Amino acid sequence: MATRARRPKTNAELAGLYAVMTRIRAFEERVAKHFRAGDIHGFVHVSIGQEAVAAGSCAALDPADLITTTHRGHGHCIAKGADPEGMMAELFGRATGLCGGKGGSMHLADPRCGILGANGIVGAGIPIAAGAALAAQIRESGQVAVAFFGEGALHTGAFHEATSLAVAWRLPLVMLCECNGYAEFTATAAWGGPEPAARASSYGLSADVVDGSDVLAVRDAVKVAVAAARAGDGPRFVQAQTNRFGGHYEGDVQPYRSPEELEAQREQDPLARLRLTLPAQATEDADAEASAEMDKAVELALAAPYPELDTALEDIYG
Amino acid sequence: MAETPNYMAAINAALTDAMEADDRVVLLGIDVAAPGGVYGVTKGLYDRFGQSRVRDTPIAEAGVMGAAVGAAMAGLRPVVEVMYMDFITVCLDPLVNQAAKLRYMTGGRVDIPVVFRMQTGGGRSAGAQHSQSLEGLLAHIPGLKVFCPSDARDAYDLLREAIDDDSPVCFVENRRLYPRSDPEGWAREPLSAGSPRVVRPGDDMTVVTWGRMVTETLKAVDTLAGAGRDVEVIDLRTLVPLDLTVVLESVRKTGRCLIVHEAVERFGPGGELAARVVQEALFEIDGPIERFGALACPVPYSPNLEAEVLPGRERIAQRLESFADA
Repeated sequence: MATRARRPKTNAELAGLYAVMTRIRAFEERVAKHFRAGDIHGFVHVSIGQEAVAAGSCAALDPADLITTTHRGHGHCIAKGADPEGMMAELFGRATGLCGGKGGSMHLADPRCGILGANGIVGAGIPIAAGAALAAQIRESGQVAVAFFGEGALHTGAFHEATSLAVAWRLPLVMLCECNGYAEFTATAAWGGPEPAARASSYGLSADVVDGSDVLAVRDAVKVAVAAARAGDGPRFVQAQTNRFGGHYEGDVQPYRSPEELEAQREQDPLARLRLTLPAQATEDADAEASAEMDKAVELALAAPYPELDTALEDIYG
Repeated sequence: MAETPNYMAAINAALTDAMEADDRVVLLGIDVAAPGGVYGVTKGLYDRFGQSRVRDTPIAEAGVMGAAVGAAMAGLRPVVEVMYMDFITVCLDPLVNQAAKLRYMTGGRVDIPVVFRMQTGGGRSAGAQHSQSLEGLLAHIPGLKVFCPSDARDAYDLLREAIDDDSPVCFVENRRLYPRSDPEGWAREPLSAGSPRVVRPGDDMTVVTWGRMVTETLKAVDTLAGAGRDVEVIDLRTLVPLDLTVVLESVRKTGRCLIVHEAVERFGPGGELAARVVQEALFEIDGPIERFGALACPVPYSPNLEAEVLPGRERIAQRLESFADA
């Protein structure tokens, strides 16, 4: 992996990144708990262990930049500025949810902060991000689009077709491949073939590999990629190696993983690593603040009404 | 336009006028730029609007359609050409799971102003993968609109309306109509999507149809002679949206209804239409509503087999004769 100067300029900057990461974790810990309690419905995929990718990547973006994310997208949405109260209420299926209770965990979106949507279809967000980049290019808006996806999506046609387009049109697109070692229940290595970055490079993309548990490394790599994309140098690919501490979805008992593997991964905990570089008081305060914020989000969600039934037939057509 | 444009020229004019009116309108598709499209529909647009707004794409329909959805969410109004309607099967995810659902799933937070132009048109030995009429499949998906113009006037008006729509519209062209022009039809007042049009008034039977089957039906009707054979022909024009008032008024008047479409009859749009008419007018009709669509087989290559499988004017006339004699 590339070595970079990764000393923070100020503690405040580091503390800001830590605050985002601890908010994501606090959000998802509550999501997991309330899913088990039956308050959250359907399918839920949390990204505990992967917070540094979301926080580092979005720290390299402007508010007007656009992202698409995946079924495991809570972290990206929080890092890009979505309101956790609206997100939590959405997961609880309430009228006050970010999408009025019509989307749920896999379909969180908030175009007001550049989030063009999580997606329940693996790979589908990549062409959408390419299209957002096309709009930015044609409108000369100066925006960059980032597609977050896991390495499982590298096998989809959507990845390959979107990459072809992005290269052909030199789109201001950053493809952020979040490699957590698994595609659902199957270890990435099972499918063989070249590394994600090597696959991207074969299309003529500049590709970088970064330690995805190191938030500064992620931020710096994405900054370089975003700057290049914004400058008109075309798409970039960043492979961030990270760890999914939990299963594919909440309730997945992971018979396919050993306790030793999980233990080793937990030693890479991106929050724990960042705590070592910050004053204890600062991280404790941030943790307490995040807990209070997310407790309140849960409280509000639980108190909120379910959607009115006649909204079922609203928002189908423009 | 000095002379009456044919169906293809009308589409070209609609694209030109929409692009003149709104610089957010862009065209994407395989060979749509300098080559002007496989049938020449987009000729001249590349020279007029330039390479930024008129873009050739690689043969990557799923990527292109997905990108069109993203571009629509990010401020453009893309028009994508799907070279053959059959090819939507390689890009159903962006159509069915993305374009159709994103407004809804986001609680109405996003517009998806994208038009998917696609052409069909059996009867020219194009084979089973270049001859299908899949509009019923598209109309089944909530969130998609489906326009099927049958003449140049509607091709122009409905395409302008599709491009102005904030929802995804599947715009189904029939390539066999491309060279057709109709000065009388061109002089018609524009009619919005969702409103069926009585193409030929009549008192004895109603035919509900769309696309190329409108003219096939009119030609069939011209061959009928004798009492009880005055046929009212209704062009649905769009499957979604669809206000059936005009159809119900006609069926209440004539008492008999035949639904004709080029799509396969089995599980086809005719069944849906028949059910809706029966639900509203069961006690005002004089006999079963019938459907006439393609036989339930892939469209064959050999001309005689293809003629056997697809509906055409002679068979439509036979069906109407049997109605009259019933």
